[in-house]
Amino acid sequence: MSNLFPISVTVNGVLYQKEVEPRLLLSDFLRHTLGLTGTHVGCEHGVCGVCTILFDDKPARSCIMFAVQANGHKIMTVEGLSNDMEHLHPLQEAFSEKHALQCGFCTPGFLMTLIPFLKENPDPTEEQIREAISGNLCRCTGYQNIIEAVKLAASKLQASKATVAN
Amino acid sequence: MKPAPFEYVVPKNLNDCLNFLYQHSETAKILAGGQSLIPTMNFRMAQPEYLIDINNLNELSFIRTDKTGGLQMGALIRHHQVENDPLIAQKAPLLHEVMPWIGHVQIRSRGTIGGSLVHADPAAELPSAMVALNARFKVKSKKKERWIPAEQFFVGLFATALEPGEMLVEIAIPAMPLHSGYSFQEYSRRKGDFALVGVACMLVLDKNKVCEQARLVYMGVGEGPVLAAQACQSLVGKTLTPDLLQQAAKIASQNDLTPPNDMHASSAYRRHLAEVLGHQSLSQSLERAEKSF
Ligand SMILES: Cc1cc2nc3c(=O)[nH]c(=O)nc-3n(C[C@H](O)[C@H](O)[C@H](O)COP(=O)(O)OP(=O)(O)OC[C@H]3O[C@@H](n4cnc5c(N)ncnc54)[C@H](O)[C@@H]3O)c2cc1C
Ligand code: FES
Ligand code: FES
Repeated sequence: MSNLFPISVTVNGVLYQKEVEPRLLLSDFLRHTLGLTGTHVGCEHGVCGVCTILFDDKPARSCIMFAVQANGHKIMTVEGLSNDMEHLHPLQEAFSEKHALQCGFCTPGFLMTLIPFLKENPDPTEEQIREAISGNLCRCTGYQNIIEAVKLAASKLQASKATVAN
Repeated sequence: MKPAPFEYVVPKNLNDCLNFLYQHSETAKILAGGQSLIPTMNFRMAQPEYLIDINNLNELSFIRTDKTGGLQMGALIRHHQVENDPLIAQKAPLLHEVMPWIGHVQIRSRGTIGGSLVHADPAAELPSAMVALNARFKVKSKKKERWIPAEQFFVGLFATALEPGEMLVEIAIPAMPLHSGYSFQEYSRRKGDFALVGVACMLVLDKNKVCEQARLVYMGVGEGPVLAAQACQSLVGKTLTPDLLQQAAKIASQNDLTPPNDMHASSAYRRHLAEVLGHQSLSQSLERAEKSF
């Protein structure tokens, strides 16, 4: 039954060529085959949001996609946001400064949901933020600090854009 | 929570796909956005022997208008494309308003309209919207091609009129009549959840403001989209007043629907919601239709 399929997929800018069984979920491919364990797995049926990644720049659930389907596509995971603790992405800094995580299990999914959201909505209203994170569950924070962090991240990102422009 | 093994098939074109589907109609399943199918495979509620991935079939990925101003969409158009397409917003504003109610942004980036319609979840938004819009579906098999009106496509719980070997290829929505108004209302426990009760509405008036056509279509209250036939009948041929709309919403909730009792809501609560949302959607539709004069 289980033929192996060759796939080539770009993850965080690196091209990987692997052979996968068709039933391998993209989330398991990222975690087990590539060792990128920043992408978490919770419900495995699309509801909790912890496995959210960017698939061709769009937020998607990696637990309800097969790795074979990523052949020829571009993926970004939370590992793609920064290389080391000294240089966090402004969104990560904001999460840290506003205490937007406790156990941190949900955080990669929130971050990968919010990266494209902030690109499209550089100055979001609170209502837009609540709508944007409606597909991500957090059992610890009560969401309030996550919302604060998104507001802070938006202003950080705008400030850094302004510096670049000057 | 891992899917059972299957053979993965990537057809090069639609013909290829239909040929394969014809040969293996009992054991093959089509994989579109995967947003309903893969969860059920993860639970092993579905264990297809063959999975036919149609994601590369560009011929199912189009949005265009026909000569009469109607809209045609390929089955593989994704929810986010419908949501953000200016042509759809203009030609089928009801559909445009429905889209943000479907799941979350991460689901809409992958899920397809064809997949949602064939999945035929009784609480899904698109089936009811399509019935309200008088949409027609083009379905194809290796042997034949036919059109099915949306109203006849949904035949029961997660069940459609598709025959073995057939697939949905195109959705056609007629042009909005000159004096028409529309509305979509839904109530769910949390944003992005399936509807406890939702309703899609279209009202068409003639040049004297008499109601020519009424389409009040519910979701979450039956085995599929439910057209509130008696309520609609009570409006056609009349000049619509707030009292008439109120009365129609009552007829819908009392006579046309038998909402289920389940762990999400009681039947009585759903009936109550159906009346309130029905009234809101009729009122907004009338308001919009009147603006066209
Ligand atoms: C967390 C979550 C929340 C959701 N919330 C909602 C919601 O609020 N409202 C809502 O309506 N939906 C919701 N969905 C479902 C979502 O809209 C799906 O995208 C949709 O139901 C199925 O579309 P798909 O393209 O992903 O189809 P798939 O999952 O690929 O397929 C679904 C079924 O249709 C068949 N199929 C697909 N395309 C065709 C075709 N062209 N011809 C014949 N058969 C075909 C498949 O074989 C399968 O049986 C949610 C999903 C998730 C995971
Ligand atoms: S693990 Fe993918 S959504 Fe929960
Ligand atoms: S921080 Fe623990 S689940 Fe969100």
